[in-house]
Amino acid sequence: MSDTATDLRAPALPKPRGALSEAVAGRLTEGTPLPAAPVATMADPYGDDLQLALYLCYELHYRGFAGVDPDLEWDPDLLGLRRVLESRFLTALRRDAPRHRTVDEAVAGLLVEPVHGASVSHYLRREGELWQLRELAAQRSLYHLKEADPHAWVLPRLWGRAKAGMAAVEFDEYGGGRADRIHARLFAALMADLGLDTAYGRYLDPAPAPMLAVVNLMSLFGLHRALRGCLVGHFATVEITSSPASRRMAEAMRRTGAGPAAEFFYDEHVEADAVHEQVVRREVIAGLLDEEPSLEADVAFGIDATVHLDERLEHHLLAAWRDGRTSLRGDGLAVPAGQGH
Amino acid sequence: MPNEPAEKPRRITVRTDGPVLVEGPVEIVLEDGTVVSSDRFCVALCTCRRSLRFPWCDTSHRRRARD
Repeated sequence: MSDTATDLRAPALPKPRGALSEAVAGRLTEGTPLPAAPVATMADPYGDDLQLALYLCYELHYRGFAGVDPDLEWDPDLLGLRRVLESRFLTALRRDAPRHRTVDEAVAGLLVEPVHGASVSHYLRREGELWQLRELAAQRSLYHLKEADPHAWVLPRLWGRAKAGMAAVEFDEYGGGRADRIHARLFAALMADLGLDTAYGRYLDPAPAPMLAVVNLMSLFGLHRALRGCLVGHFATVEITSSPASRRMAEAMRRTGAGPAAEFFYDEHVEADAVHEQVVRREVIAGLLDEEPSLEADVAFGIDATVHLDERLEHHLLAAWRDGRTSLRGDGLAVPAGQGH
Repeated sequence: MPNEPAEKPRRITVRTDGPVLVEGPVEIVLEDGTVVSSDRFCVALCTCRRSLRFPWCDTSHRRRARD
């Protein structure tokens, strides 16, 4: 085991949610053999067990887990199981996501703003309560505490305008050379305003399967060169939808008195992502398709799959909140000191 | 400064269906004399005048539709 490379600040392994995630966790801690492929091919592709098993495999490429040998990132058995899980996930996405033939068709729907709006950000702007904003931030921290990281993997797979555009946007995500402006750090400040623990990976256990799927999609597209078109489509979707949603989230933070850092995170994204949207559409997508026109269907699928998983997550959140239930696994978050009712 | 190489012209990209894109950093003087600035690599300037964060684009130019 390469002890010196172990990240001492890495998070603890989460509790397994079924046979697959238990097997992966066992492999990571005890080196136990993994189940044969048929077990994986029976699992619900959107379910807690498969999504957590996949999440554990992917997290080895980011920060790993406490006490887990970093060399397991390239364990052939884990990679073999990951392949089966990914294939099951991708098959479900190709079956269930809306399918557009061209990028213009796939993007068109994202560029129209609903007058009333039924999304999570519309709901939170109008009637969101602090406990709901906290739940959203806790589970979204799975992505935002590594914001832009899954997308950085695509850089060596792009050329010319697409690479330059992607690198410029990533530079902005990483604070334009200033550590205190890294978006992941701005999100940690938002979490602190909301009385949440800012430690990386702290809210993996309570995060529901639809949230894991959203993050797994980025890792899936980011880690496979063959899926570089999908990654670009995915990234464009995030940037196109973020600016108006961030404006609504900033209003929700202001209305509930969440705190200045909580407001600032979303205010920053209103402006930044209005720029990023333009650069991603005009330079990254257009540049990629100039170089590799055959990737158009992949870019469209990246958009469609992202929309599909975002909608599943939004449905999960709103269904829980409209019933006054927690959207998290378990009992929800403890109320921080000083914010009791 | 005589020994400094001539600066390259600043690129401004104009669109009919969205903001004007200007390579940053920029300083912008508003009608009332207020100066706002941004050091982003590129800024998107609102041309439809609908932005709530004028002069910065906030995507308010987008078409709205009944849902």
